[in-house]
Formats: sequence, structure tokens, C-alpha cells
Amino acid sequence: MENNIACRKSFTDTLLSLAREDKDIVALATDSRGSVTLTDFANELPGQFIECGIAEQDAVGISAGLAHSGKKVFCCGPACFYVARSLEQVKVDLAYSQNPATILGVSGGVAYGALGTTHHSLHDIAVLRTFPGMSIFLPSDARLTAELVKLLVDYPYPAYVRVGRAAVPDVYTDENVRFEIGKANIVHEGNDIAIIATGETVYHALTAARELEKENIHARVLDLSSIKPFDKEAVLKAASETGRIVTVEEHSIFGGLGALVTEAISENPVPVKILGIPDENVIHGTSPQIFRHYGIDHEGIAATVREFVK
Amino acid sequence: MQVTDLQLQAEKCRKRLLEVIYRAKAGHTGGDLSILNTLTALYFHTMNVETGNLDSPDRDRFILSKGHCVEALFVVLEAKGILSKETLDTLGQFDSPLAGHPTVNVPGIEVCSGALGHGLSIGVGMAIAAKMDKRAYKTFVVMGDGEQGEGSIYEAMMAANQYNLDNLVAIIDRNRLQISGNTENVMALDDLHSRWSSFGWDVMDMDGDRMEDIVSKMDSIDYNNGKPHLILANTTKGKGVSFMENVAKWHHGVPTEEQYRTAVAEIEDNINKLLNYGK
Repeated sequence: MENNIACRKSFTDTLLSLAREDKDIVALATDSRGSVTLTDFANELPGQFIECGIAEQDAVGISAGLAHSGKKVFCCGPACFYVARSLEQVKVDLAYSQNPATILGVSGGVAYGALGTTHHSLHDIAVLRTFPGMSIFLPSDARLTAELVKLLVDYPYPAYVRVGRAAVPDVYTDENVRFEIGKANIVHEGNDIAIIATGETVYHALTAARELEKENIHARVLDLSSIKPFDKEAVLKAASETGRIVTVEEHSIFGGLGALVTEAISENPVPVKILGIPDENVIHGTSPQIFRHYGIDHEGIAATVREFVK
Repeated sequence: MQVTDLQLQAEKCRKRLLEVIYRAKAGHTGGDLSILNTLTALYFHTMNVETGNLDSPDRDRFILSKGHCVEALFVVLEAKGILSKETLDTLGQFDSPLAGHPTVNVPGIEVCSGALGHGLSIGVGMAIAAKMDKRAYKTFVVMGDGEQGEGSIYEAMMAANQYNLDNLVAIIDRNRLQISGNTENVMALDDLHSRWSSFGWDVMDMDGDRMEDIVSKMDSIDYNNGKPHLILANTTKGKGVSFMENVAKWHHGVPTEEQYRTAVAEIEDNINKLLNYGK
């Protein structure tokens, strides 16, 4: 059955169902309970919900203290603020101190569309990747997101999860799909080229691969929802078996998925094209318009692949 | 421990502190010395932190938010038997387990700190967790006065008030000097008492140089009044070494051999006076 719900809703619905049975699960919000879809959680389990007001630094610090005291902490709010305003708290209080709280960054990437650069988070992978001990996940659909939440409840490390805002079509139709930390999933088989994507761009990569199949271009699509740790073996295999790679990310072309992949294959390199947001302030538009403008939607990905395999 | 014994313990820690900084050729001497009496009282009188309960969920929690004064914490942890002499003697050496700020790999240290303005929020989280779990432990957070320039502290002040955290004690080491000089010239702080009161905190002034007053004020905290507690510890930067007192350059000054010998002689003199007290 088509899921078609927003990953943020999938995340918090799963969290609420788990929290009913586990009083140590605590959710925090920063005057953001509506936008992170925690209203039901806050209403039903007020004793496990902490409103921090508009104070992201405090929210991350409080999360560290709660996690240190044995709570299973989910600090939820717009991705753009947690990975900028409170970045030092993420670095020191969570990563350096190894306090195993999860930051749920919602409306990540360019999900806020025309609200502009203040509200975009196109640097999060690049920055957080450099923090020792920090895990990073960008689940590609609602089902995978729900599976990830189940793992994070007892995950012993600090983690950052970035999801979008709008509903995303299913990448996975199998009800039994599981999130495997540090593992990539091949969501479309092929040996002519590899398309490696993360987060919401996985669905676009998959759609592009299906279109290209009709043109006799067989693209392998790798879902790298687990960015740190990541499945280096799957990336190396994709490089050696296909000979060329396109990476797709809702992120700056600097330091993100494209960088991670090129670093991984640097000793056995193959040509790589990195699709993402260039070094400019993002054009004003809706999220789909922005995806199309920068060629990270399915049409843009397909066009890049066609050119690449010529 | 009686007040005189606490004073003696503080002076012994003071002597060891100077030795540790002199050998490591690094340290935040002035602020170490101003907070040392308070740390001694916390670890030897107020808090229930011992070698045997470092993993207990009921231990009191301590955060040195002014993490640059870690040498003072190290010597107190050593005196408590929590940190070994062998380990402390490696301070300043390559690949020492000890850094110039608190790190969680050191026994007895709860969180990494040293980026100023973080400790109080973490303390709020620990205090909320205690309330959630109905545990009696208290959380103590020591900040610097220069640190009060960090805006994140004011976020934590609001949250502590919002959640009525009467199990949380913040202490400001009010030595009135920061790295560039007098706090009032760098960025005026006075008056901190009314500032914190206006945020809903239960504020007490304390003479942080006098052990009697430290013990008296710590003992008078009402942990059931529904308010978070601030102790404004009025102290002297460089306390206990007369040529270092109230001199900004000792913020992170390291004594020469001659200065070290002079300082130790003064501290030993104080120790002898305390040992002979009442005899």
C-alpha cells in the first residue's frame, strides 16, 4: 500500500507508540511541536515532553544532561537551527561528551523553499561528518524512517537525523524493510552506471533509473540513508562494477555525499558527477522548483546520466 | 568534615595545584585558586560523590562549566582518591589522558566542558531527569563570572525557572577579573544578584574565600522551595598566593621557579598555622 506520508510524521508517530511503553523516552521541542509533528506526543505524554522555547542551544544542552542521566532523548526542531545556532552544543555536549541523544532535524535541506537561506540546512552533512562519534542518517522514505526510530531508542551514540517537510513517495514497498545502520540498499539494479543518493533524492534517483531503463540504460541506485557510518564496501563495489557514479544530494556540493563517495573511491577512482546545490544562495521557489532548478529531481538526474553514459 | 579540616584540605590542594601547574607549564592559575575553596567544600562536605559511587544513579552531579579551571578540579579529585597521582602527574605531557579542560575519560568528570556557557543547560537536563525519576540527587554547576557573557546561560536560566528546578545549584566564581581585565570594564555584569533574581532564581551571596561562609551557605540551601539556586561566590582571583591575588595576568600565568617556591612557602605557612590551630 502506498504510504505517502511525511517522514517527520512517520518519525514522531513511531516515537509516540514506543514512548507509551517506555517512560525513559523523552522528546524536546523548541516552540516547534507543531512543525515537528509532536503535538500528539505532547498532549498524550506531557511527562515525557519538554518544551524548551525558542532556545536551540539550551535544548541540545538539556538533551545532553537527560541522555547522561539515562533518558532516551529525541531533540526535535528545524534542522537549519540545530546544525547552526546550537552547533557547538552538538559538538561538545553530544559528540565530544558521547551523550547518546538524537537530534531530529525536520524540514531539512531546502524543504522550507522560498523562506530562504536562513531556513535551509545544506551544510549539515559536511559539518557533522567531521565530529568524531556523531552518526548521521537521512532516511529516504516514511517506512525506513519508522524503522530507524526503533533502532535509535537504544542507540548508544549521539545521532543526527534529517528529514524533509512534505510527504514523500515510497522507495520501499516491502512492509518488512529494515533500516540497517552502516548499510546501503540497492533499490534498483544495473551495471551501466551507479546513482548514489540520500534522503529525499533517493526517490528521484529511483524514478530516473526507471525512466532510463526504457532507454536501455541500466542504472544501479544505491540508497545511502546511513551517511555515518556508511557502507564503503557497497560504494566501492558500485564503482568497480559500473565504472561511473552520479551522486545526488539535497545539500551543498561541498563536503556532503559527493565528497564522501569520492573520498571512498579515491584509491580506485572512477569518474564521479556530484549533483547538489552549488556555491550560491538558493534560488527562491518551492522545494520541487528548487530541485528542478538544480537538477536534483528525477528529470535532472536522468539528463545527467544520459550525458554521462554517451 | 569540620571547617578547619576543610580549610586544611583546601590549602593542601592549593599546594598540589601550584606543583601541577608548575610542572605542566600550563594552567589557569588565578581562577583555579579562586574556586578551590568552593570545590573543596563541594567534594568534602556538600556532595555525595565518592570513589565507590561514581556510577550510581543517586550520586550528586557536578559540572565545571568554567572548564579552563580544570586543574583545580583535578587536584580535588586526586585528594578524594578518584583521580590517581600517577595520572595527574602526566598533565602537560604528550598523550596524557588529561587535557587542559574536563573530558569524560577522566574518572569523576561527567561531561566535557570548556566551551563556555554550556554547563548550565546540561545541568538543567540532569535536574529534570532527577525530577522525572524521583531521585534525590542534586546537580551543581560552577561557572565563571566572565562566562556570564555567554547568551546560552540565559536560555538555561529561563528553563530552570520554568521547570522549578530546586534540585539545581549554580555557582558563579565572582572574582571580578577575566582575561582582558576587570569584568566591569570588559562587559559590565553588576549586579548579578538582581539579574538572577529577576529570572526567578533563589540567589545567595557567599564569601567564597571564607570556608565558614561557604559551608554555612551550602548548608542553608532549601531544596524544596521550588526555585533553582544561585550562589554568588565573591572570591579573589589568585586567592592564597599573595602576589597572584587580584592580578589579571595570573588568569593563565605559570610561575617561574622562584615564584613557585615563594608561593609554596606561603601556602605551607598557612598549612602549618592550620595544623597548629587550637593546639
